[in-house]
Amino acid sequence: MNAQIVGNGFHRADGRKGIRNNLLVIYLVECAHHVARMIVNQANDPAVQLVGFPGCYPNPYAYRVMTQLATHPNVGGALIVSLGCESFNRTGLAKAIAASGRPVETLVIQQVGGTRSTIAAGAAAVARLKVAAGQVARVPMTLQDLVVGTICGGSDGTSGITANPAVGRCFDRLVAAGATCIFEETGELIGCQQVMASRAVTPELGSEIEAAVAKAERYYATLGYGSFAAGNAEGGLTTQEEKSLGAYSKSGDSPISGLIKPGDVPPGPGLYLMDVVPDGEVRFGFPNISDNAEIVELIASGCHLILFTTGRGSVVGSAISPVIKVCANPETYDRIAEDMDVNAGRILRNRATLDEVGAEIFEQVCAVCAGRESLSETLGHQEFILTYKQFDPVGPACLPLAARRSA
Amino acid sequence: MSAAAATADFLQLHPKDNVLICARSVPAGSSVTIEGQAYTLEVAIELGHKIARVPLARGDLVYRYGAPIGVMTADAKPGQHVHSHNLTSRYLPAHDRTATGPKVPSA
Repeated sequence: MNAQIVGNGFHRADGRKGIRNNLLVIYLVECAHHVARMIVNQANDPAVQLVGFPGCYPNPYAYRVMTQLATHPNVGGALIVSLGCESFNRTGLAKAIAASGRPVETLVIQQVGGTRSTIAAGAAAVARLKVAAGQVARVPMTLQDLVVGTICGGSDGTSGITANPAVGRCFDRLVAAGATCIFEETGELIGCQQVMASRAVTPELGSEIEAAVAKAERYYATLGYGSFAAGNAEGGLTTQEEKSLGAYSKSGDSPISGLIKPGDVPPGPGLYLMDVVPDGEVRFGFPNISDNAEIVELIASGCHLILFTTGRGSVVGSAISPVIKVCANPETYDRIAEDMDVNAGRILRNRATLDEVGAEIFEQVCAVCAGRESLSETLGHQEFILTYKQFDPVGPACLPLAARRSA
Repeated sequence: MSAAAATADFLQLHPKDNVLICARSVPAGSSVTIEGQAYTLEVAIELGHKIARVPLARGDLVYRYGAPIGVMTADAKPGQHVHSHNLTSRYLPAHDRTATGPKVPSA
């Protein structure tokens, strides 16, 4: 079990292994977005993917997340597309990608000569980068190499009964096999802080978890809204804590090994909570403006794939890492089965148990690692959002196992 | 998951829970049996929504998964819909599509 080989990974210089070998075309400001998109469109290859940052002002969080994404194990190389005058540190990003052993090229539109010229230069660059990225060695990959994230989107009154606890069962099995699992959104865990803290591997980590949820509550209270959308109420959820308790069950029953922030790669196997709510005073607006902002953060922390539970029904996927969608609600499944990888709602129709659906999700994780496309991949979903945020680094109490190892 | 306290369309998720969760949408006027007593649903109850399992009074904590999910703002009899009209968060307010956007923090 512990050595179960799940596929042939793409071997990266830092020792991590990828389940995909995508080539990123990265625009560094909205002004370069169209040119970058045209380069991706001309490539006409699902492995050539568009990501970017819209803002012209510098932001250390966005720079760090983009650097982590461009050196993610599922990424084999990158083409950077800059307008030229934006503040994003394009040379620093290019150096970090090159230092990771990946091929990288940069096009600065103001130097190359405009829209048509840069698209033509980009097409040629993509062709070169694909050849270089294709040189990567393939090595057997086990569950111990794997990082899996989970998120819920469009939750309803069924989410906490079917899909979320089924993902929790899968998480327990993954953690037992030596994988790394990440759950998140402290704002969607308001009301669960005490029970969550009691699962922390040290009391100090438990205190950090409680403090992170208290921070989320303050942050959302200032904004005037919790992480609670109109559709949640239409689906039978009434309060933030009701939504939270349902969301919390995605984490399963394993001990919580650490608290990380977006872009922090877990230092070892186990279950981790990601704190996605910014530090300091409220600025830059809502912590995560939509589900894909959270997915991008999970991927920036190394997730090879994402388990996405939904009750109301979401269709999204993501750039970089495959998304497996688990539908909680049997009526939703009947309506939009074409987007759902797993029908967890059949638990409510007494056609499966939580353990059976958990096992099915686990099998799908293994199959997608081995190269099978998830439905959102087949349908071409490659959503991506990165916006402004502000974080302080985590303290030593947040990663007690790492502190013990380095001591 | 024990549904012993209710008909198959409504689930009691935890022994401590004072609400039941709808597992299959049912129309208004349907009969539901809770703890051996028959009640008639006053409104349609959709999949995922909650009804009272016991008499609930304003100020009572509502339990789901064995944990509190909010406080009643009005009374509810067994079989009555429990939702935003009679249940509110102890943490953060919810909103619907008529919401107009975040409050601007006052200086």
